[in-house]
Amino acid sequence: MSPAAVGTLALPRRKGVGLAALGYLRYDLIKVFRNRRYFVFSLGFPLVLYVVVAGSNHHASFFGVPIKVYYLTGMVSWGSMNAVTSGGGLISLERAVGWSRQLRITPLPAWAYIASKVVRGYVTACVAIVVLYIAALAMNAHLQLDGWLIMTGLVLVGLAPFAALGITLGHTLRPDSLGPALGGISALFALLGGAWGPIAGNSGTFLEVVKLLPSYWLVQAGAAGLTRSAWPLEGWLVVAVWTAVLGWAAALAYRRDTARA
Amino acid sequence: MASLADVVGAAQGDIAAHGVVATGLHKAYGPVKALSGVDLEIPAGQTVALLGPNGAGKTTTIDIVLGLLRPDAGEVKVFGLPPGAAVRAGLVGGMLQVGSLVRDMTVRELVSMVGGLYPRPLCVDEVLEATGLLEISGRYTQDLSGGQAQRVRFAIAVVGDPALLVLDEPTVALDVEARREFWASMRGVAARGKTVLFATHYLEEADAFADRVVLMARGRVVADGTPNEVKAKVGTRTIRATLPGPSVAELVALPGVAAAERRGDDVVLQCTDSDLALRALLSRFGEARGIEVRGGSLEEAFVELTSGQPERAGRVGAPA
Repeated sequence: MSPAAVGTLALPRRKGVGLAALGYLRYDLIKVFRNRRYFVFSLGFPLVLYVVVAGSNHHASFFGVPIKVYYLTGMVSWGSMNAVTSGGGLISLERAVGWSRQLRITPLPAWAYIASKVVRGYVTACVAIVVLYIAALAMNAHLQLDGWLIMTGLVLVGLAPFAALGITLGHTLRPDSLGPALGGISALFALLGGAWGPIAGNSGTFLEVVKLLPSYWLVQAGAAGLTRSAWPLEGWLVVAVWTAVLGWAAALAYRRDTARA
Repeated sequence: MASLADVVGAAQGDIAAHGVVATGLHKAYGPVKALSGVDLEIPAGQTVALLGPNGAGKTTTIDIVLGLLRPDAGEVKVFGLPPGAAVRAGLVGGMLQVGSLVRDMTVRELVSMVGGLYPRPLCVDEVLEATGLLEISGRYTQDLSGGQAQRVRFAIAVVGDPALLVLDEPTVALDVEARREFWASMRGVAARGKTVLFATHYLEEADAFADRVVLMARGRVVADGTPNEVKAKVGTRTIRATLPGPSVAELVALPGVAAAERRGDDVVLQCTDSDLALRALLSRFGEARGIEVRGGSLEEAFVELTSGQPERAGRVGAPA
C-alpha cells in the first residue's frame, strides 16, 4: 500500500469530484453528438413539421399570432421536451447493458451521473431550439430581442419537469418499452398542451384542465415571447408542482432501482 | 475530536491489516438463500480466488463487497470503510460478470473517462499497452471482438490504480489463448501490491494465480487456504511406495493417512498430512523403496468439497 493511496482515504477530494463529474459530462456529450440517428429523429421531426406547416401558411395567423411564430413555439416545446426526456431515457439503456453498475463501482457520485444526463438533455434541447430559431428567422418570423430571450428562458424553466420525467422512466422501464413510452407520453403532453395547434379553445372547463399541464406552459412560453411578459403566477405554480412531484418520483425510482441486485 | 494525523494513522493501520473483512454475510433472493453466513478476511496485498460452481454465491459475495448489493445480515469493510465509501474514495476497481461497454466511444476515450473519475489514475497509454489495446485504441467500443471487449473491461478496472481489484469471472467465455493473454496482462498491471479478489470456476486459474483459494458451495465457504492447503484438506496428496510387507489395515492406521490401497508390491496412501504420513511410514517400515509423493489436483478437492457430501466421511479405508 503506497502512502499516496492512504492519503485518498483521509483527505476529502472536493475539487477532484467536481472535475471528475465535468470530465464525465464531456464524454456524455461527445457520445450524443456522435449519434447521428438521435439528432435526425429528435431534431429533424420538429424542424420538418415547422418548415412544412409554417412555410405553407406563411401569412396566416392563429388568435392574432402569426403562424410562423405560433408554430415555432409549438415545435420548440415539443422538440425540446423530446430532447430532455430522452436524456433521462439514456439511463435505461446504460442500465440494460450493465454500464451503470460498472459506473457505480467507480468514484463517480450518483448525483453527478444524473446531473450529467440532465445537462446532456438540456444541451440537445438547446440545439433543437437554436435550429428552429434559425429556421424561423429564415422565414422572417419577427420577435423583439427581449421577446426571444423571455421565450427561451421560460422554455428552459418549463423543461424541468420533463427532465425529471425522463430520469423516472429511465430508472423504471427497460429500453424496449422506454421508446414507445417516451414517444407516447411526450406526444400526449405536446398534443394536450397545444404544441401541434390549439385544442382547448380560448375558455371553458377543458382549457382549465389543460392549464394544469406543464406542456401547456411550455407552449405558452412562446406567447410570452410575443407579449414580452412572463407566465402568470399559475404557470410558475404548475411548473413548480410538476417539477417537485416528478423530481420526487425520480428520486424514488433511482433508489428502488439501485437497491435491487 | 481526532486530528487529521490520527485519522490518517488509523486508516493506515486498517489498510495494513485488512483489505476486505466480511463477517456473517447472509443474503436471500425470495426463498433462495444465496449466502448463509459467509466470513471472509483478505489481508491487503493478497490475491484470493473465489472458487465454486454456479450458484455457490460467488457473485453475490462480490456484489456485496463492491457495495452493489446490501446483505440481509452481516457486514463488509473495505480498507476499514463501508464498501460505498471505499468506492467513492477511489480504492476499488472492478470487472463485473455481466455488462457490455457503452457505444459511440473509442477504446482510448472510454479508458480515459473512467481513469478521470479516480483521484490518481495510471497513465492511459501504459494501461492500453499493458492490456494489449494500444493498436485498437481508436476503435469504437461497438466494433470490438469479445476478447477485445473483455480486455477493455479489464483496462477500465485497473486504470484508476485501485488498491482493491475485484474481478468476477474475468475470463468466462474466452478461449484458451485469450485466457492466457488475459492473465499475462493481469500479472503485468495488477500484480503491484494490490489486493485482488477474483471469482472463477476454472480451477487451474485459481491454482496458478491465487495466493489463496476460498472455495464456496451452496452459499458457504467450504474450504479456505493456499491452493496446496485446500488440496490437502481432502486427502488428495498421495504417497506411492514399493512395500510388499504390511497389510492395508496397518497402513491406514499410520498417522496422516486417510486411505490405503495395495497394487501388487506397491502401496498407494491417500494422505490428509503427507509429511506426517511419510515420516511415520519410514520409521515403521524402513524397507519401503521408490517413494513418490504426489499432490492431488485442485479439481479433486473441488468436486469433493462442493458435491454436498459430508467431508471425507466415506473415504477412510476406502476399498481398492
